[in-house]
Amino acid sequence: MEESSGKTTKKHPWFWSSAVASIVLRLVLIVYFPNTLNFSSRPEVSTPITSLRRLAEGYWLKQSSMSPYAGSMYHGSPLLLSILGPLTGDRGEGQSHLLCGLAFVIADFITAILIRAIGQLLQVADIQSLKSLGASKFSKTSENFPAGDIAALVYLWNPLTIITCLGYSTSPIENLMIVLSLYGACRRLVPLAAFGLVMASHLSLYPVILIIPLVLLIGSGLDTPPRKLFLQPNHGDGYKKTNFSWRRVVLFFLWASVWALYVLVLCSISLKEYSGLGEMFKRTYGFILSVEDLSPNIGVLWYFFAEVFDFFRDFFLIVFHINILFMVLPLAIRLHHRPCFLAFVYIAISSILKSYPSVGDSALYLGLLGLFVNALADMQFSFFLFSGYLGTLLLSPVMHNLWIWRGTGNANFYFATAMAYACFQIILVVESVSSMLNHDRALKKGATPVAKKIQ
Amino acid sequence: MSRFLSISILLLFVLHVSSESAGEEEFTEELLFRPLPDRKVLSHFHFESRAPPTNSYGHHHRLFPKAIYQLVHKYRIKQMELSFTQGRWNYDSWGGFDPIASSNAKPPGVELWAVFGVPPDQVDASWKNLTHTLSGLFCASINFLESSTAYSAPDWSFRSLSGNLRYGSLPREAVCTENLTPWLKLLPCRDKSGLSSLMNRPSIYSGFYHSQRLHLTSDEFDPVALHGIMLEQTLTIVLQPDSLETHPSFSGSRKLQPSWSMSSLFGKTVDGKCALAKSSNVYVQLEGSLVYNMKNTWNSIDSYEGDSNFGFTVSPDRMMKEINSIDKEGYSILYGFSINNDHSSKPFDLGFWWKLPVTWSCVKAPLRVSRFLMGSGNEKGAIALSLQSTEWSQSLLKADNNGEKCNLRVDVFQLVPWYIKVYYHTTKIYVDGASQSLGDIIEKMSVSPSEDKVSPGVMEMILRLPCDMKSASLTLEFDKGFLHIDEYPPDANQGFDIPSAIISYPDFQTRLQYKLDTTSIKSPMVSKMQERRTILSYTEVLLVPLTTPDFSMPYNVITITCTVFALYFGSLLNALRRRVGEEERLRKSKDKSTGKLRLLLSKLSAKLRGKPWEPPSSTPPSSSSKFISTKVVIKIILIAAIAFGWQYYDG
Repeated sequence: MEESSGKTTKKHPWFWSSAVASIVLRLVLIVYFPNTLNFSSRPEVSTPITSLRRLAEGYWLKQSSMSPYAGSMYHGSPLLLSILGPLTGDRGEGQSHLLCGLAFVIADFITAILIRAIGQLLQVADIQSLKSLGASKFSKTSENFPAGDIAALVYLWNPLTIITCLGYSTSPIENLMIVLSLYGACRRLVPLAAFGLVMASHLSLYPVILIIPLVLLIGSGLDTPPRKLFLQPNHGDGYKKTNFSWRRVVLFFLWASVWALYVLVLCSISLKEYSGLGEMFKRTYGFILSVEDLSPNIGVLWYFFAEVFDFFRDFFLIVFHINILFMVLPLAIRLHHRPCFLAFVYIAISSILKSYPSVGDSALYLGLLGLFVNALADMQFSFFLFSGYLGTLLLSPVMHNLWIWRGTGNANFYFATAMAYACFQIILVVESVSSMLNHDRALKKGATPVAKKIQ
Repeated sequence: MSRFLSISILLLFVLHVSSESAGEEEFTEELLFRPLPDRKVLSHFHFESRAPPTNSYGHHHRLFPKAIYQLVHKYRIKQMELSFTQGRWNYDSWGGFDPIASSNAKPPGVELWAVFGVPPDQVDASWKNLTHTLSGLFCASINFLESSTAYSAPDWSFRSLSGNLRYGSLPREAVCTENLTPWLKLLPCRDKSGLSSLMNRPSIYSGFYHSQRLHLTSDEFDPVALHGIMLEQTLTIVLQPDSLETHPSFSGSRKLQPSWSMSSLFGKTVDGKCALAKSSNVYVQLEGSLVYNMKNTWNSIDSYEGDSNFGFTVSPDRMMKEINSIDKEGYSILYGFSINNDHSSKPFDLGFWWKLPVTWSCVKAPLRVSRFLMGSGNEKGAIALSLQSTEWSQSLLKADNNGEKCNLRVDVFQLVPWYIKVYYHTTKIYVDGASQSLGDIIEKMSVSPSEDKVSPGVMEMILRLPCDMKSASLTLEFDKGFLHIDEYPPDANQGFDIPSAIISYPDFQTRLQYKLDTTSIKSPMVSKMQERRTILSYTEVLLVPLTTPDFSMPYNVITITCTVFALYFGSLLNALRRRVGEEERLRKSKDKSTGKLRLLLSKLSAKLRGKPWEPPSSTPPSSSSKFISTKVVIKIILIAAIAFGWQYYDG
């Protein structure tokens, strides 16, 4: 694996230059345009959970010996408060959040590097399994496109990622933790995977569902074509049967509980003088689950819960949260042989249906989408989706401006863009899932004749 | 007979002694007029009822209103103040330093605060009950203060009596006669006779400022009750008198101040005092600077004489001069008129007329305070509190402590509703336009941030401002909240009110001390003026527009959102379970070989129906139809079982 990754870097020196260029772009924007690009107040970028301004308020409350969760300003993790809080202090005019910006740039860069490493691992595994299947047609295309580099660059140059980074929202750190757990699982570094998962779900509840792809990754290895293809009698050679390693999974759960305990202990230490863990859970997870804040964002739940009759509120809360959980099992059954793709689908679904979505979440799954560039090459509606994303993301600030600032439009204008955005995201998920399934079918079709030829 | 007489004398004596020791119920009515520099007249009614302590006097009262007595006892109120105000007190031209301004200038709408003599955990319950009772008593929506989002418990910046104090205000409340009538009902003579008969509704409510206040103090629940319950009812009105007559000689450069009389201000006269009142007095107060200016220009008055700047239609019974005046140049003068019942022939109609033009200005509060909103749009904004020094305070402070670095202490108490989400870390202070570090100016700050739909944000601050500053301002940024559709009032687009902030100056205390001559009767209003009290001023109420959702949309939003969710769920599930040709065939062949469960089910259904079992593969169409029917039957049974179970456990 090391050799192959070395090869790809030699082959594509342009990766590093463009990655560095994207970092430089971020730094230039942060240092020279700190106030002109006021992304931090955009509802698309900073949600009540990820807003750095709220974090600064929580830090201020903590500094003045109050619970950071007093009032309903801060809803993030106490650990984030201890790490990022000191960086939010005012350092003169215009320089306010420079250090935080730097932290987010670094987080973005590490995320991109990890995505690239995942991509390389996936590619190697893909080529191996395709070769063993004898589907040389597919393996050639797979070698041509360095999926890791593409995914990392898509992540780094995605305007959504750049906006999130400049908008001082804490989602780059959440994304880093999610990608870290995926990387750890791909590498089968059990403690790292467990740490990433625990931290990510500590920061924003939803990554908890990633436990299924992570277990699959740790247990049975990287993405492969469906197992039954290998089991067909005509090409049993080249394929060595890998068992589901329960030992590693048990180890993963052990590590996860150790990390969870560790995180809880750290949280209770940092909250010791002010409040307990109970309040923390109420203010973070409770806030996420009960959709208390009705300020607009690119999701659809805020307007729904602003309008829905109080009597039905609990019912719809349950329905919408169950909706995420409901698809977890069918997807896991159908895509269990591709845990990385499964993780991508889960991330995409949770970022569509989560209570306070932001473009930072979209940036992550769009980056991960690049990992499957070979498999999803013949995805339908890709141009339509691209223009749809572009259109809604350009319209959304316009509609927000019309509604909030000019008062010439009303809430429905903004809600309509949020609705359209949700629809495009849904189409993306559905299309990527069905084209991945089609890809597997094509593999089957492609594999059989080759195998016959060999025979 | 002699025995009976002696007993009755004894009885009388005993009664007398007991009443002497316990004190009597008392009711006094007073009215104060004060000409204001901007050609208006302040009239201030002051009614005071006292009930002696219950343990010495008993439960029955002759004068004291029963409703208030029961209120005090039910909720164990130590102190309470309720005010209904319309209009805004003009601190610049009506004064901000005198006792009337600092105790009777109230924020618009309803303000209520109360101190309870109950254990701290029962205070909130008492408050909630009290708001409901008062709401019924005064025909006002005071019950809106019941919600925990509307009131707060200030720690130290308000009235310094903390602990069991609760404070709330409703800036939007409209004040009208329906609030005045129940208030008048608490007076023993209502508005049938006495000074309260002046309260002609149209003239009262056409004034520039109108504030009716009810202040309760009781020491009923103290271990040693001395005073009992004291109920102070005041009505402060600022009216614009129509000029009765115009002197032609002064119509040129300087205009004569308007003359006025009771009948011209209120359209009514006083027929006599309230028979139940202990005393009934009318006062006319002339401010120190007015007296000083008159003395300067006309060097006349030392006592009321005919040749002074002004004249009364009724000659005053008393004249009191201020002693130990804060304003070193002039002293205030109070003219007293007693109303007696003996002159039944002529109704009492006090008139005041000016002979010569005079201008003066009121004693202002140390700082001129105003509060305003900054920013535009409905997403965020900032609250700014601007404090500007008045010339008067500067001179006073310089005189007070020359030499050492002097500073002016300002206490700020601000209550912000939860939908104004204030970022307290963005507090900035500018002194004379230059940004200052918070530590230099803020001596103490305690904040309880607002919690969504639970509690308002409360900010209490002690500022130490340098004396030589011209202006200071304090800004706080906030985000505007988004409310649920039901939380908007009917006129949602009008905006939401942020109650007035209270600014107090604990370094300054106001009192008007009058030299009481021996003949003057004890007057509760004058003694109130002599009490030391901290200077308070209220800022403006802020009107914050909030964005509204589309109120007509709930059904559309629900259906459209649910459609999107259905789209997601349906299409994803469809993508997952869709099979193409080959897979379908594979599945069918599998079914044929290993349809064990189906076989079992069909066997079971055959047994149930009492028919001999036949293998399903033999006759495909009939078996399939049969199978579907068993499926349906099983489903129905399952659903019925669930429904039964639900009914059983739920009922």
